[in-house]
Amino acid sequence: MTVGFLHSLIRPDEKLLLDEFARRRVAVEPIDDRHVTFALGGPAGRPALDVVIERCINHSRALHALRLYEGQGVRCVNSFRVASTCGDKLLTSAVLQEHGVPQPDVRVAFTPESALAAIEELGYPVVLKPAVGSWGRLLAKVNDRDAAEALLEHKTVLGSYHHSIFYIQKYIEKRGRDIRAFVVGDECIAAIYRTSPHWITNTARGGRATRCPIGDDLASLAVAGARAVGGGVVALDIFESPDGLLVNEINYTMEFKNSVEPTGVNIPGRIVDFVLRQAEAAA
Amino acid sequence: MSPPVSARCPTCDGEVAFDPSVVVSELIACRECGTDLEVTSVNPPEVAEAPMEEEDWGQ
Repeated sequence: MTVGFLHSLIRPDEKLLLDEFARRRVAVEPIDDRHVTFALGGPAGRPALDVVIERCINHSRALHALRLYEGQGVRCVNSFRVASTCGDKLLTSAVLQEHGVPQPDVRVAFTPESALAAIEELGYPVVLKPAVGSWGRLLAKVNDRDAAEALLEHKTVLGSYHHSIFYIQKYIEKRGRDIRAFVVGDECIAAIYRTSPHWITNTARGGRATRCPIGDDLASLAVAGARAVGGGVVALDIFESPDGLLVNEINYTMEFKNSVEPTGVNIPGRIVDFVLRQAEAAA
Repeated sequence: MSPPVSARCPTCDGEVAFDPSVVVSELIACRECGTDLEVTSVNPPEVAEAPMEEEDWGQ
């Protein structure tokens, strides 16, 4: 068996995955997204890969490479469908809605004027997010109309076009923490609390990870959210609201290095086992 | 003669020792100046400054 390992920089997360493949004596073909090329227009070819695991840092490279590998008949973890949905917060919210998975109130608007009206209707505070973006960058908590007007004008004047797709989420008071739940296949394998005095709790932004017990409600919500976006290996950011658990975002190239120790779960090992099962199923 | 097991940091010229398990494209940090480095070759050991974060990086 040969596993294609699609990557950019090899970070500690990727290194942990490579270690798990090596431990299982599985042949891995590294594919650097900065060097790989794809041929279209000539005879169809199929790379000698049983499965591709995607670990790109760039969303756009991941998305297009997955589409092209799947077009060549190679099963990918995660699939193009999962990546395209999870890579866009608007599309994620759409499928959560369609599958009845609880999420914070969201409004979508396409002009600054309609965005302002939607914000006023939703009520302050709200969070404006780029539909495509990550690591908590360019998130803006908007507490009043003055801030909303200024921010919308700045986005319109200074931002690229996709910043004019306004994704507006009702601010959820998190009491200093949220939950990240890791789903592999049909199982929620681990979860952490991400605690931070800042309203953005990403561990990439300094949030502290501690073990979160997996109750039935968390497990069923996490698996439902994962199924809504197409399954596979995903990490869900979940808010604890007075009305219950809400899915905030779903990540398809999950980072887990800070979560192995507090949870005691071999997350990379579980991912690798899943990837190998996918390869066997595709054979 | 055994091959060298360290590279020079392009920022501070400090010695960057290679762990035996290091792989090409791996992200490591210079222990002297803290610069993020990418391993561009294992044999011979070579590093370059890691690429800057881009807008669509991350999860």
